[in-house]
Amino acid sequence: MADISASDVGLLKTSDGRPLKSALATAQQRSKRRAFLLVLPLLAFIIITFIIPIGQLLHQAVYNDGFSANMPRTTAWFVENPPGTVPDDIAFEALALDLKDAAAARTVGVVGTRVNYEMSGTRSLFTSTARGAARLEPPYREALLEADAKWADPNLWGTMRQVSDAYSANFFLAALDMTRDVNGKIVPMPEERQIYVSLFVKTFLLAGLITFTCFLLGFPIAHLLATLPMKWSNLLMILVLLPFWTSLLVRTTSWMVLLQQQGVVNNTMVALGIISDDGRIQMIYNQMGTIIAMTHILLPFMILPLYSVMRPIPPTYVRAARSLGATSWTAFRRVYLPQTLPGVGAGSLLVFILAVGYYITPALVGGASGQLISNLIAFHMQSSLNWSLASALAALLLGAVLVLYWIYDRLVGIDNLKLG
Amino acid sequence: MKKLLVLSTALSGFGLAASAQEIAVMSWGGAYATSQIEAYHKPFTAETGITVVSVDADNPAAPIKAQVEAGNVTIDVVDLEYADAVRMCDEGLLEVLDPAILTPGADGTPATDDFLPGAVTDCFVATIVFSTNFAYDATKFPENPPTTIADFFDTATYPGKRGMRKGAKVNLEMALMADGVAADEVYAMLETPEGVERAFAKLGTIKADMIWWEAGAQPPQLLADGEVVMTTGYNGRFFSAAVTEGKPFVQVFDGQVYEYDGYAIPKGAPNMEAALQFLTYSTTTQALADQAKWIAYGPARVSSGPLVGLFMDGKTEMGPNMPTSADNLTNALPSSYEFWVDRDTELNERFNAWLTAN
Amino acid sequence: MSESHRDAFVAFDRVQKSYDGVSLVVKDLNLDIAKGEFLTMLGPSGSGKTTCLMMLAGFETATNGEIRLDGTNINAVPPHKRGIGMVFQNYALFPHMTVGENLAFPLEVRGMGKSDRDAKVQRALDMVQMGAFANRRPAQLSGGQQQRIALARALVFDPKLVLMDEPLGALDKQLREHMQFEIKHLHESLGITVVYVTHDQGEALTMSDRIAVFNDGRIQQLAPPADLYERPDNSFVAGFIGENNKLPGTLEELTGDKALVRLATGEVIDATAVNVTQKGQATLVSIRPERVEFKPEMMPPGAHMIGADVLEVIYMGDILRARLRVAGSDDFVMKMRNTQGQTRLAPGQQIKVGWHPQDARALDPV
Repeated sequence: MADISASDVGLLKTSDGRPLKSALATAQQRSKRRAFLLVLPLLAFIIITFIIPIGQLLHQAVYNDGFSANMPRTTAWFVENPPGTVPDDIAFEALALDLKDAAAARTVGVVGTRVNYEMSGTRSLFTSTARGAARLEPPYREALLEADAKWADPNLWGTMRQVSDAYSANFFLAALDMTRDVNGKIVPMPEERQIYVSLFVKTFLLAGLITFTCFLLGFPIAHLLATLPMKWSNLLMILVLLPFWTSLLVRTTSWMVLLQQQGVVNNTMVALGIISDDGRIQMIYNQMGTIIAMTHILLPFMILPLYSVMRPIPPTYVRAARSLGATSWTAFRRVYLPQTLPGVGAGSLLVFILAVGYYITPALVGGASGQLISNLIAFHMQSSLNWSLASALAALLLGAVLVLYWIYDRLVGIDNLKLG
Repeated sequence: MKKLLVLSTALSGFGLAASAQEIAVMSWGGAYATSQIEAYHKPFTAETGITVVSVDADNPAAPIKAQVEAGNVTIDVVDLEYADAVRMCDEGLLEVLDPAILTPGADGTPATDDFLPGAVTDCFVATIVFSTNFAYDATKFPENPPTTIADFFDTATYPGKRGMRKGAKVNLEMALMADGVAADEVYAMLETPEGVERAFAKLGTIKADMIWWEAGAQPPQLLADGEVVMTTGYNGRFFSAAVTEGKPFVQVFDGQVYEYDGYAIPKGAPNMEAALQFLTYSTTTQALADQAKWIAYGPARVSSGPLVGLFMDGKTEMGPNMPTSADNLTNALPSSYEFWVDRDTELNERFNAWLTAN
Repeated sequence: MSESHRDAFVAFDRVQKSYDGVSLVVKDLNLDIAKGEFLTMLGPSGSGKTTCLMMLAGFETATNGEIRLDGTNINAVPPHKRGIGMVFQNYALFPHMTVGENLAFPLEVRGMGKSDRDAKVQRALDMVQMGAFANRRPAQLSGGQQQRIALARALVFDPKLVLMDEPLGALDKQLREHMQFEIKHLHESLGITVVYVTHDQGEALTMSDRIAVFNDGRIQQLAPPADLYERPDNSFVAGFIGENNKLPGTLEELTGDKALVRLATGEVIDATAVNVTQKGQATLVSIRPERVEFKPEMMPPGAHMIGADVLEVIYMGDILRARLRVAGSDDFVMKMRNTQGQTRLAPGQQIKVGWHPQDARALDPV
């Protein structure tokens, strides 16, 4: 293709002797420029609200200058001396002077928080020493050790060396349940503090399960929608869309009303004698609650792509298969189902990606066992205020979703996606 | 004529904007924010003409951190938990306050002495003492009701679901006290790996019966819905549900963990002067005593104590419902800011891991 | 049950069909189709012809009556066990399968081994001159090519009966005519029985051994093409098949099937009585435009002729078409072959027209 355009077409000229290509380009330039101006607002909007925040997020996940920006002398000492160097008097002097400055600038909390992420129990060491920093006098080694003997701990110095580099993969390590030991070697977290990997796995399993239940429930409904006479299918469509018009919180809380132990479902079953009053089933504040509520909330995202794929499939395909000798099950499996695959793929991808990132519903109805990774991201955003770790977790989630998208593209082809 | 009308409208609008100053105060919403509006905001506006806009947040610490770091502060005064306030102060997210802005007590005691110990820090003025304690549904235990924190963990004698806040803080302390550790030894015990182990082990005994809550409004709701028979929660919320809504809730103060909550000013607050004025106004002896009329949290000033009378319903005596009343303090633990500031990352990680493990 | 019923390969026996329980779409259908026959169901849309085909294929169930295939009642046999090949209006080629897979599908579900399958598929493709297209997808083929594949797929498993539901409807005129011959040739060379549904009378006349004209849920006439065209049984058939002049009048005289009809304007014409029986009865006389004569020397002796005004003459190449005013009606059409020496008529000219009595059919008035 390229060869042809270079050699053959390149020779073509317009009647006034200009190369055809450049003449065409000039002729189209105007409309191209206009088209670009039309999409410019949207482009700017996407860059400002989407590209830049994601870039910041990725940056935040590997960058935390809490230590290096506020402890310049100590950071410089780490740069000058190779790892393993025993802190000398110069080091302690740098530390003491930095602490004095940080105390005056009220930034010592930032420093302590940063070190505390890597080595628990050190935050107050910084803040309490800083409170008396003004009284520190040379020789600083003795003064610091007198303020707190922990300043001699080689582990502390090892940790400070690690965090003195603003760029660090440690938050990603933490997000993968790993940490560095004193020597900087990557080791797994102590078992009782490992949480994220298993939670990622659980999130993906739950999202997969929710996608599957959405498919099981959505397929027949979409089929009905596509095949019922118009007046019935319109009514059904409204029922499908109704949840879309209701606030997410309202829907989630109504599930709470329905499913809780003193809720409608349990009360009905007790009244019908299906279960005893003591045997009320725990259907909410656990994994089951998350699955039920999220399946309901995400169901339309499965039904609509399926419907849009099923609607144009004429009934003659199944009839043809039947006339060719296929049982109704074979006709469904070999002829109908494969034609709905673009919809199945689109719906599943949509539901899965939404489910993986869902946050409010599991927070409200998930209890302890129904929590997903986003709930921990929210925890680090809102409660522990460790935004770098939150960013690292979010970046991993984003990466996992992109990998899934890539796999889908390789297996099914993204152009086979049909959303409506 | 028409032009004149437009002009005069514009002018009056302009005049209004110029004279009506406004400050934004961020707090926790619900019954607690109501008590602040009634006791502080309304009288303050009446006296100074400065309008107070009340903004709600789940935990104001997070949005304030975001605003200060982004350099776009819209909040003038923020209500924070003690530990958050100390930490944010160390990180330079809050304005340093001069204790001189605080008024002396009604009896003339200097403010620094009149406030409870530690209630005034570099960046923070405590207004209340609130407690995390537990309450139960009286209809579920007509005979032999629970009276101690150990009973909360005793599902054999007191069967039924329990509710606790989703987080390590307070729960670990309560677990140790329920396990027989004296209040003043709790934090020393938690400093050791064995102590942490013991606390988690004790929590583990009721993990299967636990429903975890996150927002302060949830515990009374869980009790009212019958989802739990006993739950920990904030004493003021239990009080409001029991007294104002007539719910059959009984609070148990044995094993309570109490701490300060109060005001701070975010770094770079837009209306600094008015914010300081508000802070001065809302921390007087009388103002703190007034707030206690609206919610059962103890005032953070000694001199406010005697002024606390009846609840706004005009008949409920507030004294016995305060976490700081002598009867309620027999087995009570002041929350240790120093402990949690160092250990909350580690222990919350461990708590989350413990929670999701089966 | 009559003797013919028992011999028939396909038999509809008093079949009725209703969708809503209120009205009948198919009313008392009786139809025998012989082995090897090419039978076309022709009729306007909504006449019941497609419903009949669907009942035969098994996609609709008869509300009443019996459908037999090779002597056995198939009312309760599901479609996939009937062994009937079918070509659908829009081909219904499975878009997610290649041409080869489409053809292999019926063999596969019958459990045929792969090598046998491949051989049969290749043979079927060769039969429709599509041997090189096994690996294409249906979307990559032209309409005519898809049509051939659909045909091959309906034939590949050697059904004894093939149903075709307006299979050429989506093709342009030239291709359609070409395919008509191909289908006809396949039918002849394979010796299969074909039931063909169309609303295109030209198609029906070209291809069929017999045509069943449907209207209003009933077969109006069942006859070979020539009979149908030349000897329609009733006004509907006369009007539906080919062009047709209609003259209303009353039956003046009736001798055997020879009739004299007095038109509304008073003239008397010759006709053959078809479904009128009594003198004085109202009737509609139907005459094909190409059977109208205007030269007295071409008329049989004693035949009546009536006056006509030439309104316009249209040159159509192979024929000349004249519009005349006859018996007060302005749309009487006469067709003349465009031969050397043909008399050229001009508008405004006054002529006399007539016809052989057997070409004018006195039918029921509509």
